[in-house]
Amino acid sequence: MTVKERINDKLSAALAPLQLEVIDESHRHHGHSGWREGGETHFRVKVVSAAFAGKSRVERHRMVNAALADEFRDRVHALALETRAPGE
Amino acid sequence: MADIQDEIRQEVTQNPVVLFMKGTPQFPMCGFSGQVVQILDYLGVPYKGINVLEDADIRQGIKDFSNWPTIPQLYVKGEFVGGCDIVREMFQNGELQAHLANAGLPVRAAG
Repeated sequence: MTVKERINDKLSAALAPLQLEVIDESHRHHGHSGWREGGETHFRVKVVSAAFAGKSRVERHRMVNAALADEFRDRVHALALETRAPGE
Repeated sequence: MADIQDEIRQEVTQNPVVLFMKGTPQFPMCGFSGQVVQILDYLGVPYKGINVLEDADIRQGIKDFSNWPTIPQLYVKGEFVGGCDIVREMFQNGELQAHLANAGLPVRAAG
């Protein structure tokens, strides 16, 4: 399973998102610190979930980061996040 | 290590605005750190930049301190504000300016 697929699966399970987009932006960081052969190090995630309602930005990002703790440890270097509750 | 955590706590309580970043405010070594530097410089708010690339203990220690897996990390009055995305969103809708002003920090008026 690719890291992108893992991110998709973990966030789907943790957040039951209404919308989820996982974009591998590793190619844009080629040669920068954290980049590795094969990519899958830098991701952008756009997620809309009812679980975010009433939560601060920091709380929302923590929820995503916690769900992806294994991926951060193994490979993921950077995660650009857009977190919204429905209607935002 | 406890002493690194103490050291970090001292930094963020003794300095009103602290940015843990890769590189320095003059020479950011990472695009995400660079974005936050640009925002803080634009607002004209004084801050202390701490280069985590110079100290592996701080680099890991700051992630443990805030339970936040990535750099940069911005602190205002000892409180974790967020990483690059959060700082940028807050800047774009004026929340960051308000947050800094509420903390008694000088912020250049937008314009």
